[in-house]
Amino acid sequence: MSTLRNERIRLPFFLKYYRDLGVNHFIVVDNNSDDGSREYLAEQPDVSVWTSSASYKRSRFGVDWLNWLARRHAHGHWVLTVDPDEFFVYPFADTRNLRALTDWLDASSIRSFGAMLIDMYPKGTLDSQPYHEGEDPFEIASWFDSGNYMISRNPRFGNLWIQGGPRARAFFPDNPARAPALNKIPLVKWHRAYTYVSSTHNLLPRGLNLVYDEWGGEKASGVLLHAKFLSTFAAKAEEELERKQHYAASHEYKAYAARLKDNPDLWCKWSEKYINWRQLEILGLMSKGNWA
Amino acid sequence: MSVGFVMLVHTALNRAEQVARHWATHDCPVVIHVDKKVKRADFNAFVESLSDLDNIRFSQRFSCEWGTWSLVEASQAASELLLQDFAEVRHVYLASGSCLPLRPVEELKEYLAERPMTNFIESVTTEDVPWTVGGLDEERFTLRFPFSWKRRRRLFDGYVRLQRRFKFKRKIPDGLVPHLGSQWWCLTRQTLSAILEDPDRATYDRYFSRVWIPDESYYQTLVRLYSTNIESRSLTLSKFDFQGKPHIFYDDHMQLLRRSDCFVARKIWPYAEKLYAGFLSENPALITGAEPNPGKIDRIFSKAVERRTKGRSGLYMQSRFPNEGWENGLTSAPYAVFEGFAELFEDFEDWLTRMVGARVHGHLFAPARAEFAGGQSVFAGALSDSAELRDYNPRAFLTSLIWNTRGERQCFQFGPRDSQEISWDLAKDANATIAVISGAWAVPLFYSNANFSSIRKEAALLQKIEADHLNALRSFYAKARVRIWTLADFVENPMEPLQTIIDELGIRTAHRLTEAPRMVSLDGFGQFLQNLKNQGMHPHLMGDFPVSNTLKHGKDKPRKPYLVK
Repeated sequence: MSTLRNERIRLPFFLKYYRDLGVNHFIVVDNNSDDGSREYLAEQPDVSVWTSSASYKRSRFGVDWLNWLARRHAHGHWVLTVDPDEFFVYPFADTRNLRALTDWLDASSIRSFGAMLIDMYPKGTLDSQPYHEGEDPFEIASWFDSGNYMISRNPRFGNLWIQGGPRARAFFPDNPARAPALNKIPLVKWHRAYTYVSSTHNLLPRGLNLVYDEWGGEKASGVLLHAKFLSTFAAKAEEELERKQHYAASHEYKAYAARLKDNPDLWCKWSEKYINWRQLEILGLMSKGNWA
Repeated sequence: MSVGFVMLVHTALNRAEQVARHWATHDCPVVIHVDKKVKRADFNAFVESLSDLDNIRFSQRFSCEWGTWSLVEASQAASELLLQDFAEVRHVYLASGSCLPLRPVEELKEYLAERPMTNFIESVTTEDVPWTVGGLDEERFTLRFPFSWKRRRRLFDGYVRLQRRFKFKRKIPDGLVPHLGSQWWCLTRQTLSAILEDPDRATYDRYFSRVWIPDESYYQTLVRLYSTNIESRSLTLSKFDFQGKPHIFYDDHMQLLRRSDCFVARKIWPYAEKLYAGFLSENPALITGAEPNPGKIDRIFSKAVERRTKGRSGLYMQSRFPNEGWENGLTSAPYAVFEGFAELFEDFEDWLTRMVGARVHGHLFAPARAEFAGGQSVFAGALSDSAELRDYNPRAFLTSLIWNTRGERQCFQFGPRDSQEISWDLAKDANATIAVISGAWAVPLFYSNANFSSIRKEAALLQKIEADHLNALRSFYAKARVRIWTLADFVENPMEPLQTIIDELGIRTAHRLTEAPRMVSLDGFGQFLQNLKNQGMHPHLMGDFPVSNTLKHGKDKPRKPYLVK
């Protein structure tokens, strides 16, 4: 499930990536694209497209749309809710498809599966390596921060609140509280009584947010590789800033715009180059838990 | 002389068909019990798909639920049918629809033929079983369990509590000693028929039908009555996770399963194409003649359980965020904190780097920025030196730093000028070695060019901060290895404490220190302290510094680095 606007260039790789993982059907809300995204999606045999020209902001950043569609169509199914620039990686992703994961979650009576956002970035300035349609974005944005994340509990919903990574380091070093949340719970065995509260950061009922262990152990978890920082980013940030449709008065995008003027390089000598899920598990960014 | 299979099937009928066909075509009769919950149409199709084989039977169907008597009933009915219809069968092997043979049937036949009287059934007394889940081991046999654990958990738990409260106990039939074990067994005709034809079977059945998870105890207990030839292990490789659920095997376990040399494994994921294709083929490479050896597989699964229950200590991440006190180690590795050393010695950080070969940082919690080794603005794991980011979550900063540098010892400076929020975490962390020269923060003040009134103010503030910090280090909750010297004691004889510290770090030097760091001159420091006193402040953390200038070293100035024999 996804909501998007003007992401045509990303779609071919996005659909291929998730088809390869074993996704059977895509549910997409197109928020008034004018770059052919909707037409492209409508042609696909396994995509259902809804269109809305209503305000992204007033739909609480698309969450209301997706909650409604999930309630109508996803009851009893495993649903993966991601943005078109988020790519789900989970333990054994190279040898076991999504169905193996969801079957195991079913067998273990687990209803929700956490996957934090890892911001990926290229070496060098964002515009130095242009992204082309169909390309694997992580051929370009293959670097990430391996160990600068800060976690606290959200007492209201019981989820963890994770911040950090290159966005905190480069865009919010003076105002960490504003750094975007990286915690996500994208995979849920949907029930019509469930609802996402704020993006896919947390859900109701609260029990679904307990994707972490509190007694020292590790639950199984994955990550969402975030292909935000590509050559397409500057134009996107500008557009989003103009539309003023983003969270917290688009504070995030204002910070980007301020930095983007100097054409920043997020890469540093301690950046880690992405290899595979095992690397992420060794680094402690995700865990196999007791899935072996 | 032959082996027959009893197969309990609930789901994935196509896989069950494949496996049953494999056994049947290798001359092993199979009796299949299909869960009554399977739809009639599916069942009929399943029967139809196997109709070409004359050594396959279908037994009376029961509706099966995990943990209940129905599973035993199903295996009883199927076993009776097998024994009755196939007189040549000597061993009966109980398997499930998600089992997969790992070795050729011929090998299993030979193995059993060499052990014609042996019963392979895991059977252990309750006292010796560490793996029961939910605290029900002995009580499985003495309480009643009329409610479904899966569907009516509250009633189940409530009824258990009620019975405990009233000390209710069922009587175990005479002569039975409760034993537990894996529900997948392989019994001889002699033993199995003795169990099924026992005149007291009705009594036993009535008793076991109210026992919790009887399929793990019915045969395991009764077999002790009829046979002394028991190999207490299962021929079926089956691993359980920390909640007692079976681990599932996937294509990527192929090599592990091969090397296990077990005859049958469960549970196989129905979509594990490679496993089914690989193990059901007539591949001569599978013939090993070896004894089953599940040890290799055990390791990865016990590691999985450990990861799920204990986790990696010192790691805080999206799926491991322990409550206070459950961290199993606040940080992941030992590290050292030095307080007052950088103030007293001009070149302490360089010196320490040479001595211990560890990563020596400056004041990581300094107010302006985190002073990473070598003045880097970003450090391991892409940690930023921004003071705001660090102070936003100092614990995350410290634990990340130690986690990111696993394999390399970290040392850093700390003092009352630094951000203090981390103070208690340092004190409570068993991985921390903290060496303090109390009062050394006054040395830079002594050298500063500020007005004396502001010096006095700052001295009072720093002293208060350090006193609070020392209270934490000395508190009942402190777990760090702490050494505290007053400035006066330390300068009296600096080599000894330095040697102790280096020895405790125990990294490179097993020998005596040959080089000391350069101490700043303290000429006039005593008078400086006296001046503070005269201004009404009471500098006490430095210890007793004589006012009369300089200590005994005072004469030979300028001070030089000295050598110790």
